[in-house]
Amino acid sequence: MARPPITDEELIARYGPHLNETPPGGWDAGLTIDKVVNTHCCFCGQQCGIKLKVHDNTVVGFEPWYDFPFNEGKLCPKGVKRYLQGGHPDRLLHPMERDETAPGGFRTITWDQALDKVVSEIRRIQAQYGDDAFAMLSGVSLTNEKSYLVGKFARLALHTANLDYNGRFCMVSAGVGNKKALGVDRNPNPWSDIPLADVVWVAGSNVAETFPITTSYIWRARDRGAKLIVQDPRVVPLARTADLFLPVRPGTDSALFGAVLHVLIDHDWLDHDFIDNHTVDFDSAVAAVAEMTPAWAAGITGVPAARIEEAAELWGTSATGMMLHARGIEQHTKGVDNVLAAINLGLATGKFGKPGCGVSTITGQGNGQGGREHGHKCDQLPGNRDITNPEHRAAVAKVWNCDESDIPGKGLPAQELIEAIHDGTIKGLLSICFNPAVSAPDVNFTREALDKLEFYAVIDFFLSESAQHADIVLPGSLHEEDEGTSTSGEGRIIKINAAVTPPGDARRDWEILLDIAERLGKSEYFPYTNTEEIFDELCRASTGGSADYTGATWQRIEDEMGLFWPIPEAGHPGTPRLHEGGQFHFPDGRARFHGVPYKPSAEVVDHEYPVLLTTGRVVSQYLSGTQTRRIAALVAQYPEPLCEMHPQLAEPLGIADGDLVTVTSRRGTITLPAHVVNTIRPDTVFIPYHWPGGKAANQLTNRAVDPLSKMPEFKVAAVRVERAGGHAVTTDERDLALHGGQP
Amino acid sequence: MSRGQFGIDDNPVFVIDQSRCIGCEACLQACAECGTHRGQSLIHLERVDRATSTQTAPMVCMHCEDPTCAQVCPADAIKQTEDGIVQSALKPRCIGCSNCVLACPFGVPKYVADFDQMMKCDMCTDRTSEGLAPMCASVCPSEALWYGTIDEFNDTRSGSLFRDYLFGRQEVRTKVYTVIDDALAGPVDVLAGVTRSWLDDPFGIDEIGAHT
Repeated sequence: MARPPITDEELIARYGPHLNETPPGGWDAGLTIDKVVNTHCCFCGQQCGIKLKVHDNTVVGFEPWYDFPFNEGKLCPKGVKRYLQGGHPDRLLHPMERDETAPGGFRTITWDQALDKVVSEIRRIQAQYGDDAFAMLSGVSLTNEKSYLVGKFARLALHTANLDYNGRFCMVSAGVGNKKALGVDRNPNPWSDIPLADVVWVAGSNVAETFPITTSYIWRARDRGAKLIVQDPRVVPLARTADLFLPVRPGTDSALFGAVLHVLIDHDWLDHDFIDNHTVDFDSAVAAVAEMTPAWAAGITGVPAARIEEAAELWGTSATGMMLHARGIEQHTKGVDNVLAAINLGLATGKFGKPGCGVSTITGQGNGQGGREHGHKCDQLPGNRDITNPEHRAAVAKVWNCDESDIPGKGLPAQELIEAIHDGTIKGLLSICFNPAVSAPDVNFTREALDKLEFYAVIDFFLSESAQHADIVLPGSLHEEDEGTSTSGEGRIIKINAAVTPPGDARRDWEILLDIAERLGKSEYFPYTNTEEIFDELCRASTGGSADYTGATWQRIEDEMGLFWPIPEAGHPGTPRLHEGGQFHFPDGRARFHGVPYKPSAEVVDHEYPVLLTTGRVVSQYLSGTQTRRIAALVAQYPEPLCEMHPQLAEPLGIADGDLVTVTSRRGTITLPAHVVNTIRPDTVFIPYHWPGGKAANQLTNRAVDPLSKMPEFKVAAVRVERAGGHAVTTDERDLALHGGQP
Repeated sequence: MSRGQFGIDDNPVFVIDQSRCIGCEACLQACAECGTHRGQSLIHLERVDRATSTQTAPMVCMHCEDPTCAQVCPADAIKQTEDGIVQSALKPRCIGCSNCVLACPFGVPKYVADFDQMMKCDMCTDRTSEGLAPMCASVCPSEALWYGTIDEFNDTRSGSLFRDYLFGRQEVRTKVYTVIDDALAGPVDVLAGVTRSWLDDPFGIDEIGAHT
């Protein structure tokens, strides 16, 4: 019975989010620093280097790590304040069992009791309903070592096909698009290519708020004279200074890209040598855009035709160019189409495999790149291998020392897995590093699904909104409490160093999984005594796969400040830039064009729901907020979700800035303050998604998924906006403190 | 030269390029973390007019050569170090009158009620004296706040460094530099109109009509 044991209010009172305001002992504590540890930020895919200061086995501060080449000391506000997770009052310190009669709804139990319960429920559910009725959901804030371990654990210890990961809601459309067009799921460029580009085209990425460090790379290009194009429904902070702004209507990116290709062809701004010698199927791409004139696209996308022509000219006539795309074009039911249409523009103009050239996804999650390579996707085995391919299965079975038939087949992707829980096909769940009660689309449905589980166990360090549904909570480890590697959005493998050991009875995540495996009688497959042994096995398992880590070692990664895969043999220098010399990862070495016809989003506006909703992030919060909603200074920066809307939309509805508005979709409703600004399209509202319950933007979003990537459509929903009555005070409380209570 | 290798060498300067600010507030958050600031940010970030623009402007103390704030202080509480850093008001002397708050041509000093004292950016003296960049310029993701040598700036960045201002009849020279497009083009009239661009009609409403 996986319902929250007590009310939300009671759970929050006990487990937070409470706000950590100061380091342990306060600002004047004068703590001695026992050691300073070089590691990386625990949040996004930029994986900035950072030094953590440690006092008495607690992280108490940070110092910029100037020598790490990617960010040279730079950090965003989340990175600056991340250390305040150390010594946090909400930290889970003991295993717990759901108990409605206990204070806080959970009672403390021993590790033996907790693990026995988990294992007996796995056995009961699998005996009664079949192996696949027990599922696992994982996430890519985990290191490469843990991602690999989770994949092996689910297949060989749980023996379930139903394992998937939260990158399904993040980078997966880019991964599928890159595989289909370029033959490999890695962004093609190191970030050092950005300053070498003569045109930088940022498509569907609010770089300033989601990948702030990338801003400095873009400015380095502009300092050389590069032009900047920004494609977004909002004038996001980076767009303000752009040379060209493409105010695309949510859900119409492929029409815009198609029209740009149409103009490139019309003007013959094409690299014919590249097309002839390094690609196939250009004709199908040409045919698909034959009717996609700028005038036609202006009607679909809302981007004036002249700007479409200008974008094509800048892209087509520049010797070098980088397109950077992210969730804005990827989180759609046609996310893969959008990525393929973007790649078409790179291939048509020969912008691959050369300095300053590429169409690159900006990976969202900390280990979003590495975490999707080592086998904890439902369709994948280590080395980015295909779980349905007999040769791939045999290669991995050899490393795992099991029969190929012991490895289950392809399982359900995350959204379908949640729906299978809702329809009763899946009865049990173990999750780690995933908070679908906030991050999944249509969260009311998701929470209903979690309620229906016969048994739910969660490994986490805070009691996330999903963990509130758990029968058993296993206290795992924070980023700084374990060591391993992650692979940044650049494709750079980096070393995560442990600064402290887990507090209380909390344990490292991998140790917990090993204990469960042992109790399931599968310890022979998991003989590890540390995570470096897992890394070494991961590298062996990747040999011959597309994500080849063969020559990587922890020592080299530290000594060389990171290594770019593929690294196919010992001593190999790594591969910062892919596709050098126009070589793509297909047997014939040629990239694939795709004909991409325009199709509408799963939901379009109508009389009843006349406004487009798009969702995204703010700079001070990270994903489902389970970490960042607990840090006072980050919460003060943007305390609650606001509904961004243009005065042309707001005024006829009688809505002024700060008025409470109710936004309703076919799935749900949310009431929140309006933020009336003329920096958003008048037909669109924007709500950030970091909050739970009644403040969750994902109450409104659509469960429809991309047919190939299975990515839900977070970026487009049809909604109705109404005055709710009432007004929110929007004064920044920090100004009040400065001015003695007077704003 | 990499900023990472930047050590104690030839007279680094502090540069603000407001046009690069992305409003992320990493500077404010990091300022509060500087060893001697104890959780209090001593710099500001202004939202210029959020209803119409995402323009934000970070503001550190410009550290004037002849600081107006010190000139107008009736308690002689605002002191300048030998290397030109203008400090927060001395706590025992500050009477909280806010003359400095009103007089500063850049709007930098703030009277902080919780501390009953004027507090402002001290250029992270504890860091700069050891050859480290100030916290805000260390973390700034867009290099809107930047610390390095003038040669390094000229080698890697566009725009001209600038530090001589005219406020009415008052001439002010600052230790901190800002960036303008072209220093040789003569005085910048900040009230002059801007060049026409897509910013006049970001969503093409005049071109293809209203969207709603």
